[in-house]
Amino acid sequence: MTQVLNPTVAEVVLSCRELTTRQINGRLRELPEGSVVRITEARGTHNLAVGLRHRLDITIEGNAGYYTAGLSDGPDVTVEGSVGWGLAENLMRGVVRVRGNASESAAATAHGGTVIVHGDASSRAGISLKGGTLAVAGDVGHMSGFMAQAGTILVGGDAGHALGDSLYEAIIYVGGTVRSLGADSRVEDLTQADVRRVRDILDIAGRDAGFDHVDPENITRVASAKQLYNFDALKNQRY
Amino acid sequence: MCGIVGLHLKDPALEPRLGEFLVPMIEDLTGRGPDSAGLALYDRSVPDGSLRWSLRAPDTGCDWSALATRLGEDIGQPADVEVKADACLLTVKAPADQVRARLAEIAPHVTVVGVGAAMTMYKDVGTARQVCDRYGIEQAGGYQGVGHTRMATESAVTTRHSHPFSPAPDLALVHNGSFSNHASIRRRLEDRGLVFETDNDSEVAARYIGDRLDQGDSLDDAMRMVLKEFDGFFTLLVTSRDEFAVMRDAFACKPLVVAETDAYVAVASEYHALATLPGIDGARVFEPQPEEVHSWVKT
Repeated sequence: MTQVLNPTVAEVVLSCRELTTRQINGRLRELPEGSVVRITEARGTHNLAVGLRHRLDITIEGNAGYYTAGLSDGPDVTVEGSVGWGLAENLMRGVVRVRGNASESAAATAHGGTVIVHGDASSRAGISLKGGTLAVAGDVGHMSGFMAQAGTILVGGDAGHALGDSLYEAIIYVGGTVRSLGADSRVEDLTQADVRRVRDILDIAGRDAGFDHVDPENITRVASAKQLYNFDALKNQRY
Repeated sequence: MCGIVGLHLKDPALEPRLGEFLVPMIEDLTGRGPDSAGLALYDRSVPDGSLRWSLRAPDTGCDWSALATRLGEDIGQPADVEVKADACLLTVKAPADQVRARLAEIAPHVTVVGVGAAMTMYKDVGTARQVCDRYGIEQAGGYQGVGHTRMATESAVTTRHSHPFSPAPDLALVHNGSFSNHASIRRRLEDRGLVFETDNDSEVAARYIGDRLDQGDSLDDAMRMVLKEFDGFFTLLVTSRDEFAVMRDAFACKPLVVAETDAYVAVASEYHALATLPGIDGARVFEPQPEEVHSWVKT
């Protein structure tokens, strides 16, 4: 293990070749608030940077495996490659950025935070989203947004079959085409609030995230047709 | 779970190193399938017109050279023998049906694991590392190989229930997933005279594809028919002497990652099984879309 100095904060380097996943996550947990960390030689390792509850700035070199940055409540994580299934699953807080592609179930059940994918995401992106934000610059696969309860999904490219099947209160924006809508999801008129929401997400995503082709004024809004569910007890609850 | 790996080499210069590449790949997926492991390897060492039989006699043992001599005398062709642990590769120039019938008669305790003009097949209970060490897979050369690590869900943990399944010479199928209507399809195929060796669900898919090929389907078409006929979850990798094809079901619940370079096509259930391959950082890496057959033909 080496420590590299940069002008501001000492960057901690953790190598997946030298340390087990458990050791890496243990080290991350012990680091002081605000630490800058580089995880090297990921080579598809699962469960990197999971379960962290304080603010860290983590960069993962190469491709990471399943559940990257899952169950986290604080750190910002950037993967300089692609990731496997379950990216940022059940995220509570923080920005998780993937410069490559994400496999299935990206941002599944995320309660908060922002998940940004510069490339494509596979099937079931944003499944059961519970309040977080998922922004994918490229395409998403089939059954994306399935049963998403709250939060926002922005797709820069095209969406696969059965988009937003059984949606609750989450909203999906699609820049490209929708191959097919799922049960009880429908296309709705875009409001100025939607345009502002998309602009806010693009601001967070940043200029290099691959959303240049997305025009917030000219985007498709997909939401629940509300024929499949009735939550009377929650009628006046805000999401 | 179960783990699938496959390697289809385009660059002949890599062929002597097939086993060296494949062993770390399959070993990496031990966690997805610790019950048993199996491999099918394809090479060009079998003389024209001959077939190589992958045989086992784990419980009883076998005097393989005596068996080869007896078989050679019976069919009037010399049989070449190479012994590997409790397995044996027997190469003989004679039609498959004739050899199979003779073997059944003179050595009923011997199991035919696979047969082909290019394929050898090894499978056994235990971890991938144990199975690879037992049969010296790391030293094996060839132009194509597939491997499977099994976590049994639908039938028993035995060598016979292990993957790959080979329904026809040089044909191998590995499967991650489970079929729910395999019993109905099995009955239908049995009514038409097909014979099954196990009660395993994946064997039904293998024999179904073999049957479609017999009826003149291309491998791609036969695999697409699986989408129509089979219920369940599946990622399939099917190889023949010159083809290498993968497909995922409509839900794509079972993973597969493909990495293609100018030198090879490699597939694995999880990316990290591919991470040790040369040139992987420059490879085109993708996941097959649901219900799409991706196939590569050896030129």
